[in-house]
Amino acid sequence: MEMTIKTNRRDFLKIASAAGGGLLLGFYWNEAGASVIESVTEGALAEGEVTFNSYLTISPDNIVTIFSPNPELGQNIKTTFPMIVADELDADWSKVKVVQAALDTEKYDRQVTGGSGAIPHSWDRLRQAGATARHMLVEAAAKRLGVPASELSTDNGFVIHKKSGKKLSYGELAADASKITPPQDVKLKERSEFKLIGKCVRNVDNFEMITGKPLYGLDVYRDGMLVGMIQRPPSFGTKIKSVDVAAAKVMPGIVDVVTFKNNVAVVGKSTWQVMKARKALRIEYEPDGNIESSTDHDRLLKELLDSKEAEVKRKDGDVDAAFASAATKIVREYQCPFLAHAPMEPMNFFAHVREDGVELIGPTQTPNSARTQVAEMLGIPPEKVTLQLTRLGGGFGRRLKTDFALEAAELSSIVKAPIKLIWTREDDMQGGSYRPAVRYRFEAALDARGNLIGYKLRGVGINSGNTTREHNFPSGAVDNVLIETIEHQSPITTGAWRAPITNFLAFAEQSFLDEVALAAKKDPVQFRLELLERAKQRPVGQLGYDADRMIGVIKLVAEKSGWGKKRDVAQGFSVYFSHRSYVAQVAEVAMKNNQPTLQKIYAAADCGIVVNESGARQQVVGGIVDGLGHALYGNLTFKNGEAEQKNFDTYRLIRMKEVPEVEVHFVDNGISPTGLGEPALPPTGGAVANAFFKATGKRLYRQPFMQQPEMEGVRLDQRM
Amino acid sequence: MALYKLQINGKTYEADVDADTPLLWVLRDNLGLVGTKYGCGIAQCGACTVHLNGRAVRSCVLPVSAVGSAKVTTIEGLSENGDHPVQLAWDEVDVPQCGYCQAGQIMTAAALLAENPNPTPAQIDNAMQGNICRCGTYHRIREAVQLASSKLK
Ligand code: FES
Ligand code: FES
Repeated sequence: MEMTIKTNRRDFLKIASAAGGGLLLGFYWNEAGASVIESVTEGALAEGEVTFNSYLTISPDNIVTIFSPNPELGQNIKTTFPMIVADELDADWSKVKVVQAALDTEKYDRQVTGGSGAIPHSWDRLRQAGATARHMLVEAAAKRLGVPASELSTDNGFVIHKKSGKKLSYGELAADASKITPPQDVKLKERSEFKLIGKCVRNVDNFEMITGKPLYGLDVYRDGMLVGMIQRPPSFGTKIKSVDVAAAKVMPGIVDVVTFKNNVAVVGKSTWQVMKARKALRIEYEPDGNIESSTDHDRLLKELLDSKEAEVKRKDGDVDAAFASAATKIVREYQCPFLAHAPMEPMNFFAHVREDGVELIGPTQTPNSARTQVAEMLGIPPEKVTLQLTRLGGGFGRRLKTDFALEAAELSSIVKAPIKLIWTREDDMQGGSYRPAVRYRFEAALDARGNLIGYKLRGVGINSGNTTREHNFPSGAVDNVLIETIEHQSPITTGAWRAPITNFLAFAEQSFLDEVALAAKKDPVQFRLELLERAKQRPVGQLGYDADRMIGVIKLVAEKSGWGKKRDVAQGFSVYFSHRSYVAQVAEVAMKNNQPTLQKIYAAADCGIVVNESGARQQVVGGIVDGLGHALYGNLTFKNGEAEQKNFDTYRLIRMKEVPEVEVHFVDNGISPTGLGEPALPPTGGAVANAFFKATGKRLYRQPFMQQPEMEGVRLDQRM
Repeated sequence: MALYKLQINGKTYEADVDADTPLLWVLRDNLGLVGTKYGCGIAQCGACTVHLNGRAVRSCVLPVSAVGSAKVTTIEGLSENGDHPVQLAWDEVDVPQCGYCQAGQIMTAAALLAENPNPTPAQIDNAMQGNICRCGTYHRIREAVQLASSKLK
């Protein structure tokens, strides 16, 4: 199992500056033969460098190289994973070099970014990797010093023999240590012994990112590489009728124009030339399925809520009897639009399909699926396909799909050249894989004393899959529950969008529970605590969550926000469990010059042990900004199958002025860590809507908030 | 196609491109300066921000033929060793998530501080309003601009 780092950084800059300080000639990459992404490939190790396991090597100059296998899209895994290995190894962090590993299904399990699952999946594996190597280094030192291993300790890259005052560096010991049989059963650190875990450790790619080094898929340039762009049908539910490529084909820099499936691809020498030529294509489309508009969806979603048939996801007790006997019944509906993922780096992938194999390079959340599907499409064994990961300029679920990698490979196989396939921003927004549009109906039955005795939820969505999370709170806390889902099939393609389903369900549910609490004449926080107490004492059916941990975040956020104790601000509360972590939030709206203004959000999160405090805070704050921004502005609508918003001029994202202060707290319980890439997002919309209600007396039932009449006169600019 | 002589990061480059080619693509495709990013192509996101004679501009809508002899600075030329006060502050505050927008954010912030070394929070927000960060790093960007401002004193 040999592994090495081959640096392929024949960087343009170096080539350009080699010409000296005088006149530098501009050139095409084709001529320069440049390749700019550092790669990990099989081959010989550096002089004296030895491998301990799939995750780490140590070289005689004490450099510990840690391979981070998972795709990095901003969730900070490339820093967090190595921290865990390094901590158990007792490595000197300043001598740790982190390398993004290429796809390798033999060495690594689950090279996937999605579902906030990397940390819970790999926590033990990474600790074992570090602890095993540490054990081997100690054994080697014991032999060399002729002392029992029990007398040795490790710290900051050294094995130390306290009695004699001798110390040996990991670099000196590495060669011997690597020959020792790795122990099967190695003792891991106690939490109190962690040195890196729990600290704020800066992103390992900071320097590259802030100096503009090539890191991303779009930064890949290769010898002989051509740029490809695809014209896809502008409307969902249409297909190509006729294609006239004559004008495009003769434009400067254009090498080929090819049609495959429903795609017309333009291939050329530079991005701009290809963009221009693509505009010169003359393509006619014809219907091929339903052509839908948002007005159809509005009608459909409402109709389907009344449908006789629905898939029952959960049924406890007898809801009909409960509702028949209720003193108070509350029925409310909530709806959200489609959303684009819109990561800052548009979709792209490099593919070179050759006779002897396929080389793929690029940003994907699912490298193994990309490889397997490319192999299948080309009819070759997957071993013939290599995949190198670049840093991802955002993902949000969009890069769980493999369409862009498949397109790149198919195009490369057709034109027989290395291709960098690029999507423009417009392609990205029109290209599908949206957060599905969903409508919910919630119903609650209260008895005369304000107890929640019945609870119904029905969700309908467009290509949504299950629109509910049936075992989530408040299931388990109510005797009579009915949860149902209905899906409408549409040509408009959808996909997992950060915190799938819960990104809107949480808003709807937490807004609804706020109204139910009010009807029950209970404080919203107290109301939830009572339900959770009930779920603990006498749980009904299956519980997908841990009531105690939910209570923990609720109490923490209530304490930190001074819940119910402030006179000058209106507070709104929300709590949600998703992806194994718990987050409660309190939003505060204050009146400024007679206008309600969102000024602060408090969050309390329970993700077990916080591995990297800096990254964890980023994820919570980022999730809140994401949840807030899309609740306020996110809106993708369709007219005759075509997305009406195509770029950031009409598809509004949250900007700096609109972000309120955010204060984050973590529950400290020492439980094994869970992920944070998603869980902070779902609660935000509900907390904010509930705070606006407190301030204005108006409820929000639809997103985006800023397009609802209830939000007239609300201001978001924090600085006005 | 025509030959353009460009003053970038203190050096003179030549590029043989169409007159309407945006500076962004000349930097990336022709000159290998890939730190300047493509995000929207219509001057809406700020990912492509560079300095033109010290002022922050969107290179995605600036035709190469309009650059003339103006001095262009890209993220690669902001400092020799990545130690411009704004870059240092960005590292210290640990701003980036995916990082894709950050070169543009840094260039906008550096132009702001060159013009106004002591911006108020409102001035920071105003200057940065044109730069989108999809990951939501706005709080740390604000903090880093303030830190950089204090470093300049
Ligand atoms: S790419 Fe230029 S502003 Fe977005
Ligand atoms: S850090 Fe990802 S877009 Fe700003």
